[in-house]
Amino acid sequence: MSVEAVTLTNEEAARRRIGATAALAALMVFLMLISLGIGPVRLSPLAVAEALFGGGSEVAQVIVREIRLPRTLLALAIGAILGLSGASLQGLLRNPLASPSLFGAPQSAAFGAVLVIALGLADVRSYALPVAAIIAAFASVFVLLSIAGRNAGLLILILSGLAISSFAGAATALVMNLSSNPFLVLEIAFWLLGSLEDRSFQHVMLAFPFIIAGAIMLFSQRHAFRALSLGEETAQSLGVDVGRLRLFVISGVALGVGGAVAVTGTIGFIGLVAPHLMRPLIGHDPGRLLVPSAFAGSALLLAADIAVRIIPSTSDIKVGVLTSIIGVPFFLYLIMRERRALGGGVA
Amino acid sequence: MSETALLTARGIIVRLAGRVVLKDVSLALSAGHLVALVGPNGAGKTTLLRALAGLIPSEGEIAVGGDALASLPLRERAKRFGYLPQGHLVHWPLPARDIVALGRYPHGATDPARLSPKDAEAVLRAMQAVDVMEFSDRRVTELSGGERSRVALARALAVEAPIILADEPTASLDPRHQIDVMKNLRATADTGVLVIVVTHDLGLAARFADHVLVLKEGNLVSWGTPDEGLSEQVMADVFRISAYRAEYQREVVIVPWADI
Repeated sequence: MSVEAVTLTNEEAARRRIGATAALAALMVFLMLISLGIGPVRLSPLAVAEALFGGGSEVAQVIVREIRLPRTLLALAIGAILGLSGASLQGLLRNPLASPSLFGAPQSAAFGAVLVIALGLADVRSYALPVAAIIAAFASVFVLLSIAGRNAGLLILILSGLAISSFAGAATALVMNLSSNPFLVLEIAFWLLGSLEDRSFQHVMLAFPFIIAGAIMLFSQRHAFRALSLGEETAQSLGVDVGRLRLFVISGVALGVGGAVAVTGTIGFIGLVAPHLMRPLIGHDPGRLLVPSAFAGSALLLAADIAVRIIPSTSDIKVGVLTSIIGVPFFLYLIMRERRALGGGVA
Repeated sequence: MSETALLTARGIIVRLAGRVVLKDVSLALSAGHLVALVGPNGAGKTTLLRALAGLIPSEGEIAVGGDALASLPLRERAKRFGYLPQGHLVHWPLPARDIVALGRYPHGATDPARLSPKDAEAVLRAMQAVDVMEFSDRRVTELSGGERSRVALARALAVEAPIILADEPTASLDPRHQIDVMKNLRATADTGVLVIVVTHDLGLAARFADHVLVLKEGNLVSWGTPDEGLSEQVMADVFRISAYRAEYQREVVIVPWADI
C-alpha cells in the first residue's frame, strides 16, 4: 500500500466540500441581488446588478447603492459572523448545541448597549454603543465558560446559558423599568426585537470593524478546533495552547456579536442553525465548518430579511423575531436528537 | 539508571486542588525501553504521565533528551511526546485517517486534507503498524471499542516522537486486543522509542515491560525488571494481594491471586 491510500481518498471529500461552498456563495450573491431589489420600488436582480455597477437609471442607482446596500451588507456580515460564532463555539466546546444566543451573548450585548442609551452616555450612532455591547458580550461568554469549566457537559452549558440570558434580560428590563422617558423605552423595546430596517452606511461603519476583527480571530483558530476534537488534554499534547484558544474564541465571539447587536439589536439562532445545516454537506471537521457556516449564516439572515419584507402584515415584522420563530423549533428538534446525551447529564 | 537517559525527572511534586498527588518522584528512563507504570487506583499514575508530558504544572525538574521541559515551547514539546490519554475520546464523527493525521499536528500538518508527502508517509506507517488501513475512511464513532483504540494508538504513533506516553491503552479491550496493543507498543519500543504505559494489568506489565515503576500514594516505591519491581513483597505492600508467579515460553507470568 502506498501514500496515495492516505492522500487520494481525501481529494474526493475536498471536491465535495468545495462544490458545496461554491454553491453556497452563489446562493448568497443571488439573495443579495433579491434583497437589493425588494422595497417600495421593486427591481429585478438584473436591474440591481446593473445599478450596482454604475449602470441603469440614476434613481435605481440611488435606491440600490445608497438606500438598500447598507441593509444588505449588514445582513450579509451579521449573518456571517453569527454563523461563524456558532461554529466556533461548537468547535471549542465540542458540542453541537453551543451557540451565542443560547449562551446569552446577544442578550448581554443588548444589555450593554441599552445601558449606554438609557444613561444618555452616547447617541445611538457612536462607537460607545458597540464597545459597551462587546464588553457585555465578553463578560457573558467569559462567565459562562468559567462556570462550565474545562470539560463542560451539555447540561451545565445549557443551564448556565439560560441563567446568563435570563439575567441579561432582567437587567435590560430593569433599565427600561427605571427609565423615565417613555419614548426611549419604546425605542429600546423595538430595537431589542432585532431589525435591519433603515440602516445607513454609518451603521455599516460602526459594525464592520468589530465584525471583521472578530471573524479574523475566530478563523485563525480553525486548525486548533480540529485538534480539539480529541479533547483538551490531547490537543494540548499536540501543541495547542488551549488557554489562548479559549481567549481568542471568547474575544472573537464578543467582538462579532457585540458589533452586530449594537446596530441591529438581538438576532438569535442563526449561530445555532447554520453549522447544523452545513454538517451533512461538509462533514463534521470543526475547522472546515467555519467558512461554510459563515456563508450559511449570511444566506439565512439575507433570506429572513427578504421574508420580513415580503410577508404581508399590518405592521412590519422584525427580522430578529422571525429568526427566533424559526430557530426555536429547530432547537427543540436538536434537543430531541441529542436527548440521550442530555438525559445522561454529561455529554 | 544510565547516564544516557532520554527522560529524567527529579523531585517531581504535583498539587491538584490543594492535595499533594505526587510527592517527590525522581526517575531516569532510557530510549528503547517499554516501561510499565503500575499502582493502585489514586496512586498518581495518570498525574505522573501528565506531568512528564508537561500537560500539568509540576515542581521539580524534567528533562527530555537533555533539554529542560520547561524551556521548550509548546510545539517543540509536542514533537517529543506521543500522548495517548484514557478513553480514546473523539468528539466528532471524523474519518479514522483524519484522526491519525492529527498526530502530525506538531509537525505543522494542521490540515489532514493537505498532508506533505513526508507527513502522509508517517500517517501511513502508523496506520499500517496497528493495522487500521482497512477502516481508514470510516468514522471513528462507528468503530468498535477495539478498533477505536487502535486508531487512537495510531494517532499517537504518527507523531513519531521519541517518547510515547500511553494511559491505560488496554482498558476495556478484550484479551486479544489487549495483547495486540501491548505487542504494538513493544514493537515501537524496539525501534528505539521510550514507551511508558500506565496499566492495571500486572500480567501484561510483567510480560511486555523492560521496567516496572510502582507508585503508591504519590511515591515511587519500587522499580526494576518486572521480576524485581513486582516482587512478592511489593505485591503484598502496595497491592495487598498475593500472586501466582511462573515462567511460560521464557516470559514472566504474574497472575494476581488472593487478597491478604
